[in-house]
Amino acid sequence: MMKDPELLFLLGGVVAVLLIASAVTRLLIHRKGVNPTLENLRQRVNAWWWMMLVFGASLALGRSGVFGFYALLSFLALREFLTLSPTPPGDHRTLAWVFFLILPVHYFFAWVPWYGMFLIWIPVYAFIFIPVRSALAGDTDRFLERTSRIQWGVLTCVYFLSYLPMLLELPIPGYAGQNAKLVFFVVLVTQISDVMQYVFGKLFGRHLLAPKVSPSKTREGLLYGGAAATLIGGSLWWATPFSFPAALAMSALLVLAGFLGGLVMSAVKRSLGAKDWGRGIPGHGGVLDRLDSILFAAPIFFHVTAYYFTTNMAVERPQPEWIRQLLTPWGG
Amino acid sequence: MIRALVAFLVRLATGVRLVADATAPQTRRIYFANHSSHLDFVVIWASLPRRLRDHTRPVAAAEYWEKDPARRWIARHFFKAVLIPRDPKRMKSADPLGRMIAALEEGADLIVFPEGTRSYGSVARFKPGLFHLASKRPDLELMPVYLENLNRILPKGELIPLPLMGHIVYGDAVPVPQEGEGKPEFLERTRLAVIALSHGTLTASSPDDERS
Repeated sequence: MMKDPELLFLLGGVVAVLLIASAVTRLLIHRKGVNPTLENLRQRVNAWWWMMLVFGASLALGRSGVFGFYALLSFLALREFLTLSPTPPGDHRTLAWVFFLILPVHYFFAWVPWYGMFLIWIPVYAFIFIPVRSALAGDTDRFLERTSRIQWGVLTCVYFLSYLPMLLELPIPGYAGQNAKLVFFVVLVTQISDVMQYVFGKLFGRHLLAPKVSPSKTREGLLYGGAAATLIGGSLWWATPFSFPAALAMSALLVLAGFLGGLVMSAVKRSLGAKDWGRGIPGHGGVLDRLDSILFAAPIFFHVTAYYFTTNMAVERPQPEWIRQLLTPWGG
Repeated sequence: MIRALVAFLVRLATGVRLVADATAPQTRRIYFANHSSHLDFVVIWASLPRRLRDHTRPVAAAEYWEKDPARRWIARHFFKAVLIPRDPKRMKSADPLGRMIAALEEGADLIVFPEGTRSYGSVARFKPGLFHLASKRPDLELMPVYLENLNRILPKGELIPLPLMGHIVYGDAVPVPQEGEGKPEFLERTRLAVIALSHGTLTASSPDDERS
């Protein structure tokens, strides 16, 4: 994975941008002295360095490293989500199953890869198990609401997020063994889209898009920031299996899906009475605050790409032989 | 040290932060907190910086912690807990107050849970122990502590903790029983001090709030 020169070039590019960002921040603080905005900026840039290091390290560990990394991220995101989403003692056992069985098994299916089970383990089996276990625990107070919250958390933090590492398993003609760049591309474009929308919003933002949901999302931020991110994404077409126009279109799709994902998670956060999902990342909030734009972007990008290259995942990634043999004594 | 590693792991697992800027007390300190889970004193212990943690001892229920050798070792040797029986008959002969004061005199700070038992959703009325302790040793520093979410991480009766995030708030020291202040007034005042740290999560409703 790390031997791919284009991937190293991408990583090098990000390092270069972060070096510039660090230098600019230092310069601004040197000139203007420390104030809350600059302190926040410094924290944000430092956090970006760490995130890039951790993400890069997971790529260096290969396929399993990436799946393990995202399993951990899902775990942390789900943890933040369920901490803020009140659950009574009646749901304790259900949640234990979710954290310690449902989540790892899902990532196991993704890692194998067994596409069929990856696709249905959560939306069918987990979604049925969750209300059943809670019903058996006997607490019927606000039952539907509690079940729905847990299901939503599992759907977004585990299922949707796992589409990102699953990109490694898409068999794209002419792109074999290079899928790591595609994962990098999605993360890069969604995060740059966040940053661009934030910056352009601060500079030119005037018309709030959804004032009740988010005080910082503006029409100008989305249009100019989104356009900038789309162009940047398009300019990376050479690292993707797409042509330049296709890369532009996919970048625009990522920008839109990222924006909508961030908007929805803001609405969810607000309904839970919180400003941030956690305090894990100084300057950014929690893990989920960083991932919220990826949550909707990953599954949409995965399926659109799969459709674009007419890959048939069910045929290409079926139940592996060793699992079939494990299960045969029972099936006969 | 193993203790530092365990403290780090507890903080990692529960999301509770190290209170790095905690000041050392002038004399001896009593941390008193709301009680909702067996994790409570572990989390307070883990959140203190080493210089305070090394001489902080939890006061815990003997019935629970002496049940099997593993628990006994953990309570006695690892956490150096002062084990007090909750059963009133055993309590009379065990002299809990004397043992706590002896621990203080040996140079330890104590962690106590004046509710006496685990409650859910509110802070139950405080048992008299804190009043007697503070009356006998008026030089003590009484620090209220609020623990949040720990009862969701490990509720009563459960064995497997959930990896949710807990929260701990240390308050400013409250004064010892004043001239003319009776036991109920003191206990209510200290109880409200803990509730105040919860910033609205716990309400100061009737002190007869029942435990779950």
